[in-house]
Amino acid sequence: MAMLEVNNINVFYGSIHAVKDISFKVEKGEIISLIGANGAGKTTILQTISGLLKSTTGSIMFNEQNLMQIPAHKIVGRGLAQVPEGRRVFLQMSVMENLELGAFTQPASTIDKNLEIVFAHFPRLKERRIQVAGTLSGGEQQMLAMGRAMMSNPTLLMLDEPSMGLAPILVDEIFKIIESLNKAGVTILLVEQNAQMALSIADRGYVLETGKVVLTADAKALLNDDSVRKAYLGA
Amino acid sequence: MEFLSNVISGISLGSIYAIIALGYTMVYGIAKMLNFAHGDVIMVGAYVCFFMTSRYHMPAVIGVLLSMFVCTVLGIVIERLAYKPLRQATSLAVLITAIGMSYFLQNAAQILWTSNPKVFKSVVGSGSIKIAEGLHISYVTLVTVSACVIIMTGLTLFTGKSKMGKAMRACSEDKGAAQLMGINVNTTISITFAIGSALAAIAGVLLCSAYPNLVPTTGSMPGIKAFTAAVFGGIGSIPGALIGGVLLGLIEIFAKAYISTEIADAIVFAVLIVVLLVKPTGLLGRKISEKV
Repeated sequence: MAMLEVNNINVFYGSIHAVKDISFKVEKGEIISLIGANGAGKTTILQTISGLLKSTTGSIMFNEQNLMQIPAHKIVGRGLAQVPEGRRVFLQMSVMENLELGAFTQPASTIDKNLEIVFAHFPRLKERRIQVAGTLSGGEQQMLAMGRAMMSNPTLLMLDEPSMGLAPILVDEIFKIIESLNKAGVTILLVEQNAQMALSIADRGYVLETGKVVLTADAKALLNDDSVRKAYLGA
Repeated sequence: MEFLSNVISGISLGSIYAIIALGYTMVYGIAKMLNFAHGDVIMVGAYVCFFMTSRYHMPAVIGVLLSMFVCTVLGIVIERLAYKPLRQATSLAVLITAIGMSYFLQNAAQILWTSNPKVFKSVVGSGSIKIAEGLHISYVTLVTVSACVIIMTGLTLFTGKSKMGKAMRACSEDKGAAQLMGINVNTTISITFAIGSALAAIAGVLLCSAYPNLVPTTGSMPGIKAFTAAVFGGIGSIPGALIGGVLLGLIEIFAKAYISTEIADAIVFAVLIVVLLVKPTGLLGRKISEKV
């Protein structure tokens, strides 16, 4: 069985059907990209996996356990962390406090070890650890959001639009870090509008349109697919 | 001497407002709601202490502790029954429910304990310390101000250093992100209500020790003034509750002493209006940026 199997989920915002019968899976060790335009339902899918939104049907199996049956705050403890859209770091708290909150479900004895790992991937955070998160630049806040998620020792990390609002040079840096996290053994589920970047580091990709999966293939195949190139890669 | 004596009374009254204001400000900071029943929890706390000490002749310490226990449970129950079902409702619906809960507590107290005033016996006796000729500090004042200082220090340390305190601050900023961290938002809100209500019990005992007339509406006016103090200092801010409370107490006592007893309350609220005109977020309030 795959590490994460999303089976036939449907999510509504009032009468708006945002996610329509979507299924996909993520194998251990993979980088999977969900790409699609604004409003395709990408963020909704991640929020549903994390339990912040509820699907009316189907199942979300993570390590053979149905996440739909457990409350949102118990999901991160199972090894599934999310870096939410817009980063959502705790702006009034220090970098260090944000990281500590990332380790909320972890035993105190592991915090130092996790901090070391996070600072190895994000040396900038170590320099800024006493700074209030609200005073960080956008790129640093993205790093903090990722570092905070890594503090929970996840086996699967979900990232929602990590490139949003960042300068191209920072986007490159962030994606390099995502690849290095993956090499360190973390499975990655990536949601992006920047399809070029997302597919260039991914193993497989799913293309979403208005709440439905319209195409799925190896990332390389998608990068070369005419319809994808036209719709998402500006070619 | 009269001036100094007024300063002392003002700080003492202000300390009580500050302790009550903490309950408003913490609940607002985390649940983003105005719990207008908070003042009436104070009244319940005072009644519990009154019955334990005056009726059943228990030591004051036991009276205070039992009163804190009852109010803590009451606060959690109010939140579970009245506010939790409205978590997704508009803030106006929650506000109206809170006002309803306030009247419910007052009426329940009237049925249980009648509206005949009870004379509350001060939990610390009625003695005082002589500082200088014509200047005395009562035990009640000493205990009130010390309690306020201890509570403020304790809460600041708790929210700043403890794991639960940090979880509270995280919930106050972003509940969704807090859940992604593994924080149980419902538990955090319950704990906030529990702390606020335990503090309300202390405030009720101190208030009635200084002003011994206990009736079912005893908590109502101090509750509203403490809410004013919380807004004055910047709602959501713990030091703001302290500054707002003490300033409000001073203004009230000085207005009573030098202007007029009758319009003292009007002056208190007028000051609030002026402060909010000049600084809408209160003295220590943060600018609120609404998320889209």
